[in-house]
Amino acid sequence: MPHERDALITGIGLVSCLGSGVEAHWQALNNPAGFAPVLDTTSFPPFAVHPLAEHNFDSQIPKRGDQRQMEPWQRIGVFAAGLALESAGVKGNTALLSTADLIVAAGGGERDYAVDAAILTGYPKAANPDAFLNEHLLGDLRPTLFLAQLSNLLAGNISIVHGVTGSSRTFMGEEAAGADAVRIACARIAAGQADITLVGGSYNAQRPDVLLHYEMGGLQRRAPFEGVWARQDSGGGMLLGSVGAFLVIESRTHAQARGATPFAHIAAIRTDRCHRDPGQATANARAQFEALAPHYDPEGAAVISGASGVAAITREEQAFLASLGLPVRASATAVGASLEPSFPASLGLAALSVQRGALFGPLEAAEQTMTAPLRQALVTSWGHWRGEALALVTAA
Amino acid sequence: MTQDTDHLGRPIVVVTGMGVLTSLGQGQADNWKALTGGVSGIRRITRFPIDGLRTTIAGTVDFVPVQEMSAPALSQRLAELVIDEALTESGIGRPGDFPGTLFLALPPVEMEWAQRFALAAASGADETVDYTDLLRAAGRGGFERYYERFLFGSVAENLAERFGTKGSPIATSTACASGGTAIQLGVEAIRRGETDAALVVGTDASINPESLIRFSLLSALSTRNDPPSSASRPFSKDREGFVMAEGAGALVLESLSSARARGATVLAVVEGCGEVADGFHRTRSSPDGKPIIACMRHALADAGLSGEDVGYINAHGTGTPENDKMEWVGVSAVFGERASSIPMSSNKSMIGHSLTAAGAVEAIFTVLTVRHGLLPPTINYDIPDPALPADCVPNVARAVAVKHAISNSFGFGGQNVCLVIGAG
Repeated sequence: MPHERDALITGIGLVSCLGSGVEAHWQALNNPAGFAPVLDTTSFPPFAVHPLAEHNFDSQIPKRGDQRQMEPWQRIGVFAAGLALESAGVKGNTALLSTADLIVAAGGGERDYAVDAAILTGYPKAANPDAFLNEHLLGDLRPTLFLAQLSNLLAGNISIVHGVTGSSRTFMGEEAAGADAVRIACARIAAGQADITLVGGSYNAQRPDVLLHYEMGGLQRRAPFEGVWARQDSGGGMLLGSVGAFLVIESRTHAQARGATPFAHIAAIRTDRCHRDPGQATANARAQFEALAPHYDPEGAAVISGASGVAAITREEQAFLASLGLPVRASATAVGASLEPSFPASLGLAALSVQRGALFGPLEAAEQTMTAPLRQALVTSWGHWRGEALALVTAA
Repeated sequence: MTQDTDHLGRPIVVVTGMGVLTSLGQGQADNWKALTGGVSGIRRITRFPIDGLRTTIAGTVDFVPVQEMSAPALSQRLAELVIDEALTESGIGRPGDFPGTLFLALPPVEMEWAQRFALAAASGADETVDYTDLLRAAGRGGFERYYERFLFGSVAENLAERFGTKGSPIATSTACASGGTAIQLGVEAIRRGETDAALVVGTDASINPESLIRFSLLSALSTRNDPPSSASRPFSKDREGFVMAEGAGALVLESLSSARARGATVLAVVEGCGEVADGFHRTRSSPDGKPIIACMRHALADAGLSGEDVGYINAHGTGTPENDKMEWVGVSAVFGERASSIPMSSNKSMIGHSLTAAGAVEAIFTVLTVRHGLLPPTINYDIPDPALPADCVPNVARAVAVKHAISNSFGFGGQNVCLVIGAG
C-alpha cells in the first residue's frame, strides 16, 4: 500500500566505465551482442581497472575554477550529483535545494604523486631525513590540495556547485558507508526528519595509492580479468572501477506535490556488520531477508549483487543468492568494485531496471537470462571486508 | 521532566554517561579541574622533529601508548578509553554488549609516511622511488596490517566489535563539525525510535608532519610558538589562528524513558540540534553569516526554545580571525541586544582545536558547565577586539547557573552544527 512517507527514488546520476547517465548505462547493459566489459589493462600493469568513460565535466561543473579546486574523485562525484539532480528535475531549483539534505559516502582524495615520489627518493639519502620531509611537504605541496583530499569536501563541493545546503553529512567506511548513507536517508524520510535527500558517493580507481592499498591487502585480481563469479575458480579478487553514483530519494508526498516521476520505491533496506567468521554474513543476510519478507514477491524478482569478487566472502554470498533461486547480476562485473558508491550504483541500476520492467542481460556466463517482466529487485552489498546490506526495490 | 516526550512528541534524548580525554589529561575530573582553572594543554611538539616548521606547538596527547603509531591507531585507542569512562558512568549494558548504535566522528584515514617509507625500503629501489616500487613491494606480501589499519571503516568496526554495539557502525566526517554531527545522528536515531541508546564518540589524534603542514599551508594555524600556552587566543584582537590538538569524547545517549526504566542518572538533555550547510566557499563562511544564523535558529526551534532561554554559549571559538568574527556575526544576529550579555567562552583557548573530536569534547564540557554552574574561561584574552564585544568569560572561570546552553561547531566544506544542551 502506498504511504505518504515511502522513500522513492526520483533521480539517478551514474557515471562509470559504461558512460554517463542512466541511458548510456542501459544501452551498454543491454548490448544485443552481449555485455562487453570496459577495462584499462595498460595504465597500471599488472592490474586492470574499469576506467571512467570519456565525458565533459563542464556540463555539470560549469566553472573551471570549481573544477580546478577538486581532484578527480570529487569531480566524478559532483558530476554524478548533478546528473541525479537533473534526472529528478530539481537541478537549479535553488529554493528546493537550499533545504534538501545531503548524505555522501566518501573515502579520501588523490595525492600529489610527483611530490610523494620526490620525497620517497630523497628521504633515505638526506643528511637529516625528517627535516627533509618537513621541508618538502611545506615547500612542494599545493596549499589547496588538502581541500581536494578531505573526505567531507566532496559534500562541500556539491553544496558549492549545486546549492544543496539543507544539511550535509559524510560517512566513511568503504561499501558499508554507501549502504548506511542510503539507509539513513530512507529512515529520515520515513520518520519525517527529511523530505528530499541527495545521497551517493564517488570513487576514482585510476590512482596508484588506492591500487597500493588493495595490493597490500592481497586483494587485487590479476589476469585473466574475468567476471566476478567466473574468477572465483581461480582465487577471486577485486577489479576496481571509477564510479560516481548519486540518487535523489524523496518522500512520496513530496514527489507527488512537485509532479515528479519516480523510478522506483525503496520498500526496505537493512544494514549490519559481523566479524566475518564463516556463515556470519549469511546469517545477517538471512535476517535481513526475513525482515523484508512482507514486501517481497519472488514472482518477477531478481538480484543486483554488490559482490566485490574478493574470494571467501564472494563465494559465501554466491551460495546465499543461490538459495533464493533468482536471476543475479553482479554490478562489479559491469562497473568494477567501487567501494563507497558501490551500493548507490547497484541501487540505481536496480531502480532503473524495475522502472523499465526488465532485467538487463547476463554480464557473464554464470548469470541466467530473465525473460519475465521485472517487478522487484533485491540489492545486496556485502563489503569486501565488512558490512552486509540488503534492500528491496519495488515499482513506485 | 514529567513526560518522556518533547514539545514535538518525540522521545526526549538524555546523556547518561561521558568520557573525555584531551591534552589536559584523561577523564572528566582532571579535565574539568584544569579547564576551569585556566590551564593550557598546548605544548611544544616532541612527537616528530619540528625542523623548518612555521608552527611548532600543538595539544598533542603523548601519554597514551599505542603499538605502531598512526592517526587511526591512536584515534582508536583514545576512543576506547573515553568509551570505557562513559560506559562506567552510565552503567548501561554489559561489558562488550552495548544495547545501541555506534556513531563515530573520525578524521579521514590515509596511509602515512612511516608506512610509505617502510614500503619503499622493502622495494629495494634506490635510484628513484615511486608508487610502482611501492606496489611491487606490497605485492610480495607482509603489509596486510597496513591495509586493514588504513581502511576508512576499520576504527568503527574495531570499536563496534569491542564494545558490542548493535547494527552497522557509522563513521562520520564533517571536518571540524564532526563531533556535533555524530551527536546529531545519535539524537535523530533515538527520536526515530530506531534505538533506545546510542554510543556517540568523537576522536582525533592526527598530529603528524603532513597534517600539521596541510593546515599550515592554508594559513589556518597560529605561529605564536612562544610560549605555547599563549598561542590559542579566541576573541582576542591579536588572535592569528588555531592550534591543532588531539582528544576524544564519548557520550552515552538514551531515550529518557529508557534511562528512567533502568534508574540511570540523567546528566543532561540534548534538547535540540540544528544544521545548515554553507555553499559559499570551501573554507570561508558566507559573509552575511546566514547559514550560521539559520543553524543556531534551527537548533533553538528544534529544542522549542527562544534566544531568551539561552544562558551560555560554548563557542566554536577557534581563534582564527575569520571564525571568531563570523561566529559573532551569527550570535549577534540570533540573540540581538542580549548577545553581549550571554557568556560565550571557548574551550579551545585551553585544549586547542581537537578538530574531528571537538564537537563531542565540547558538548561534554557544556554538559559539565550546566551541571556545575561554572563557566570555563577563555584564556589568553589580553586585548579585546572592539569588533567582537562578546562576554567571553575572560581568563577566569565564573559561577553562573545555566539552564540551557548551546554548543557550536563549524567546519571546512560549509559544515555548521549547533546543539542545545539543557539541565534536564
